[in-house]
Amino acid sequence: MAALLLPLLLIMPTGRAAAGLFNAESFTLDNGMEVVVIPDHRAPVVVHMVWYRLGAADEPVGRSGVAHFLEHLLFKGTDKIAPGDFSKIVAANGGRDNAFTSLDYTAYFQVIARDRLELVMGMEADRMVNLRLDENDVVTERDVVLEERRQRTDSTPAGQFGEQVRAALFLQHPYGRPVIGWQEEIEKLSLEDAMAFYRRYYAPNNAILIVAGDVTAADLKPLADKYYGSIPANPDTAVEALPQEPPHRAARRVLNSDPRVAVTSWQRQYLADSVGWGESARTAPLDFLSEILGGGGTSRLYRALVVDQGIAVSAGAWYSGVSRGPGNFGLYATPAPDSDVQAVEAAIDAALADIIANGVTEAELERARTGLLADAIYARDSLSTGARIFGNALTAGVTVGQVESWPDRVREVTAEDVVEAARAVFRIERSVTAILSPEETS
Amino acid sequence: MSFLWAILRGNTFRAALVAGLTMSIGQARAQSGDIIEVVSDRGVVAWLKQEPSIPMIAVSAIWRQAGSVSDPSALAGRANMVSGLLDEGSGDLDSQGFQQRLDDLAVRLSFDAGRDSFSMSLQTLTANASEAFRLAGQALTAPRFDAEPVERIRRQILTGIARSAQDPNAIAGRLFSALAYGDDPYGRPVEGTLESVAAIGPDDLRDFVAQRLARNSLIIGVVGDVSPDALKGLLDAAFGDLPEWSVPLGLGDVSMGAARGLTVTDYPTSQTSFLFGLPGLKRDDPDYDAARVMNHMLGGGGFTSLLTEEVREKRGLTYGIFSYMRPQDRDGLWLGGLSTSNDRAAEAWEVLRQTIRDYAETGPDAQRLADAKANMNGAFPLRLTSNEGIAGLLVALQRYDLGKDYVARRPELINAVTIADVKRVALRILDLDGMLAVAVGQPVGLTTGQ
Repeated sequence: MAALLLPLLLIMPTGRAAAGLFNAESFTLDNGMEVVVIPDHRAPVVVHMVWYRLGAADEPVGRSGVAHFLEHLLFKGTDKIAPGDFSKIVAANGGRDNAFTSLDYTAYFQVIARDRLELVMGMEADRMVNLRLDENDVVTERDVVLEERRQRTDSTPAGQFGEQVRAALFLQHPYGRPVIGWQEEIEKLSLEDAMAFYRRYYAPNNAILIVAGDVTAADLKPLADKYYGSIPANPDTAVEALPQEPPHRAARRVLNSDPRVAVTSWQRQYLADSVGWGESARTAPLDFLSEILGGGGTSRLYRALVVDQGIAVSAGAWYSGVSRGPGNFGLYATPAPDSDVQAVEAAIDAALADIIANGVTEAELERARTGLLADAIYARDSLSTGARIFGNALTAGVTVGQVESWPDRVREVTAEDVVEAARAVFRIERSVTAILSPEETS
Repeated sequence: MSFLWAILRGNTFRAALVAGLTMSIGQARAQSGDIIEVVSDRGVVAWLKQEPSIPMIAVSAIWRQAGSVSDPSALAGRANMVSGLLDEGSGDLDSQGFQQRLDDLAVRLSFDAGRDSFSMSLQTLTANASEAFRLAGQALTAPRFDAEPVERIRRQILTGIARSAQDPNAIAGRLFSALAYGDDPYGRPVEGTLESVAAIGPDDLRDFVAQRLARNSLIIGVVGDVSPDALKGLLDAAFGDLPEWSVPLGLGDVSMGAARGLTVTDYPTSQTSFLFGLPGLKRDDPDYDAARVMNHMLGGGGFTSLLTEEVREKRGLTYGIFSYMRPQDRDGLWLGGLSTSNDRAAEAWEVLRQTIRDYAETGPDAQRLADAKANMNGAFPLRLTSNEGIAGLLVALQRYDLGKDYVARRPELINAVTIADVKRVALRILDLDGMLAVAVGQPVGLTTGQ
């Protein structure tokens, strides 16, 4: 009930690929397509995924939402697959499919019986380069995406506010744009916009095949060669480096009030080191910091604000550091009805200052370590979790070996590492503090 | 869930993943021969599927007639409040002591209250199993309900209720239940109300534990790295000290009342959220499998369903539309929902109704039925490829008396459904004139009573 959801980052700057997290195998096809196999023979089932190393952060200025829009359009049709039939074929073969887009990646997947793997590999390879769209598809699907945006973002004040906070965190980096796109720009997306993006980026040398389940690398290699290896590499597909984020020199505050808001909420986000930005060696210590500060009912923030002082009904932290660009470290709290948001903010600032001044205890460190290492075991219980972890990590620039040796990195983190990471990240000039309230805030 | 959450943050999916909406639980590799019934020395019964490949154990347990249906009217939300407090101190451990113990051992223990049932989920590394099961037993039999956690959890629940009063989907859900069931316990929100939650005292919470969490209403599923013999001792540690009998609730069957038609609730937002439903079937109804196939084609089959085709794919009126069968202990429901922009809400509503009407009148063609069966049978093993998920399946098999061989029998049950069966259950369920619907938003051209 009081449990808070914790993000977990699985990255380490160096590491040996010994007995690993998932015991994944990997190889690269001649055309440059990377392949990762995560064997799990508990059931005759596979999760088949293709991840493209590009996402909303790679969109041209003024075309926000095109990566996600294209993702929708990939279900329309090719020369071989009639419009709308992709998912129907998967379903008629007892599978299910979907796709998702983030800032750094676009991914497509099917979950299906082992003996149908070849079918979906053929279909997925086909739509990597043979997409056929007509104007009607584009107009109807754009309406669907606009409805999606209303449902996710615009139907609640919190949805819209979150987008504003994110935009304020970045001065010019494209991570400040919403993955789904700004409404005004989605409305103008055209068939040409989508196809230009598709032709430029959808290519085997910009893609990663990940298969988890009842399969081995030896099984998969000939199939991967047959279906994906036969697609020529596109020499022009190189995804450009993301723009630099200039130095942040002033703390920002984002405030809004809305009569539809029932309860005031407070949050702060800091730019943070990630696997692709700043010091990647800080990512594991930042996982610890997130656990110790805000990971559930025994964390410092929950204990101080919710249990001991009773000034908040919830409080916690998250850290997101598997990305090409800046990561973020977040803190949040919901003030108690009889408390005020300034007191909550002051108490959180005091907790941060205390960690920097006095460090963390051995008990806290070991509790966090136990939890992080156990997460690695529990993660193996889900077929798709491993596939997602690899897709997320590899599209952020992490290697398979680094993912596999993440538990080693967790074992090495010291109390000093955690404090050093706190000192580096908790810099108010690199933060946005945001308050959404029912009434005007001062 | 930390891994998944980290990875899903910021993602935008092609389709909303509708989770937890259906009781038609799939079963992966739980082959019929694999399920073992384990009876502990003290008589605690559990179904076990051994899975040695990951050093962990997953337990799913439910107590029937212990959900919000057991809340006294003035104490609505009692079961839910208990679910938030069982891990907040018991025996010699106060709230922080108990939580730290769980964290130190990486034990995942949580409780939840639904409408009909109260449930427990336990996941532990095999190495810590003895202590994990003992702690679960302590939480169930010696909860402290100290003042500090009781008031803290109460504040959290009250905050959640206040928030949901401003959430269009939550508003729709509460309104639908209230209209459908009135004063019946099914008409009340599981979380209770601001007034009822404020009225719940520690003695009420203790009454719940003493009267509801008994062994006669308990169903247990276990999957993981544990032998039947070892499990016996663990079961006794967790459940052996529970009272033998719960206090009978004396609640009979129920059905949706006379309320029907559309109710529009004004909410200032750009989109209208619809929730619609009709009386459905209980899980033991002989037509249940036919109804499940019928619904799969109409609104349960994701991208392949008629409602998705007509409302989303052809017209772009929504991002997500769905329907599902919801069997409950005292009745069944057929429910569905969609969100659409206010200015197109009337069109979406009309297309929705027309699609249902056409389907109820003409039924599916042979190809659609064959595809649906192939999908349902093929997808069945996919949906539970985790220990945690299969533990839930083992509970469902016992709860609905489906038998250990259900996994093997299920394809036959689905394949036996004919077009005539589908038409029969469509006529039985899809009575548009009797449909109850709520729309929360500012739909243009739609008013209450339409």
